[in-house]
Amino acid sequence: MADIAFLLLIFFLAATTMDSDTGLMRQLPAIPDPNVPQDINKINDRNILEVKVNKDNLLLVEGQLTEFSQLREIAHDFILNANDEPNMPEKEIINIPYFGDVPVTKAVISLQNDIGTKYGVYIAVQNELIAARTELRDELSRREFGVPYERLDEDRKGSIDDYIKVPISEAEPKRIGE
Amino acid sequence: MAKFVKTGKRTIKALNTSSLPDIVFMILFFFMAVTTMRETDVMVTVRIPDATEGKVLEKKSLASFIYIGEPLETFQVMYGTEPKIQLNDTFKEIDDIQDFIAQEREQLNEADKTKMLVVLKIDRDTRMGVVTDVKQALRRASALKIMYANTNVERIVLQ
Repeated sequence: MADIAFLLLIFFLAATTMDSDTGLMRQLPAIPDPNVPQDINKINDRNILEVKVNKDNLLLVEGQLTEFSQLREIAHDFILNANDEPNMPEKEIINIPYFGDVPVTKAVISLQNDIGTKYGVYIAVQNELIAARTELRDELSRREFGVPYERLDEDRKGSIDDYIKVPISEAEPKRIGE
Repeated sequence: MAKFVKTGKRTIKALNTSSLPDIVFMILFFFMAVTTMRETDVMVTVRIPDATEGKVLEKKSLASFIYIGEPLETFQVMYGTEPKIQLNDTFKEIDDIQDFIAQEREQLNEADKTKMLVVLKIDRDTRMGVVTDVKQALRRASALKIMYANTNVERIVLQ
C-alpha cells in the first residue's frame, strides 16, 4: 500500500509545478480599420505625459533625462494636478456613481521605446507608471470608503477606475532609420 | 538487595508501519491539490523581469504562453544565440503567431473565447524589437489581452 502511494507521490512531484504565474495585465489596442476614418480630434498636449526609454535604457520624461527613481512621483503629481496648473492635465466634470459630479482628469500616459531598449527596463518603467496610478486609486479609496482599493467590491472599484482612468498607451511602434 | 535479573533477550520491536500509507496518501493529496501539471518544456533561458505590481494569473486554462529568450545551450548549435520565440514545444517565427493564436482559441469554449489571455514570458535582457513585433502580431491576431509575466519583488533594482 505504502509503496503504491509513494510511487504516485513521486510521479506527482516530477510531473507538476508549484509556481503560480504573476504578471502585469495589459490591453493592446485593436488594429485600426483602414475603412473607418480616423478620429481627428487629437488629445491636447497638456494631457499627455510622454515617457520614453531610449536604446541606452535611459529614461526621458517630456524630453527631459530623468532618474528612474523619480518616475513614480512625477507620474503621481501629473495625474493629480493638485493646483490645477495650466500646463498639467485638464479636468472634466463627470457624474460617477458613489461620488456624484466630480472633476475627472483627462491625463494619458504615452510610453515609447526604442528597438534596442532592454525588456527588463521597459517593464520596470511600465510597472512604475501602473504603481503611480494604483497609488492614487488607493488613496482615493481610503479617503472615500476608508478601506484599501484591493478590498472594495467590483462596483466601487469600477467607480474608482472611472474617476482615475489614466490610460497607459503603448505608442504605435516607429521604425526609425530603416 | 535488589536483584538485576535479565529476563530473556532484549529485542527492539519493529516499528509499527501500519499508518504509513495514510501519511503518504496525505502528502500525495496535498501535492495533487496545490500543484499544476507541467505543460511545456521551456527550451529558452527566461529570467522574467522584476516588478511590484504583478497580479496573480487566476485561470490558467484561459492562458496561452509565449516564451522569448536565448535558446538553451543544447539548442544553440542549431538555433544560435539570438533570442527565439517558443510556441508550445517548438521554435517559431513571428508569422506563426497568428496560426498559434487561432489554434489556441479553437481549444477554448465558445464562452471563454473572448476571455483568452496571452502570457508573455520574456527574458529581461531581450531587446524590445522582437517584443514589439510579437505585440503587433498579437494585435493582428486580435488577441488583445496580454500579461507580461514577472516575479513580484518588494523593490526593483535595475542592473
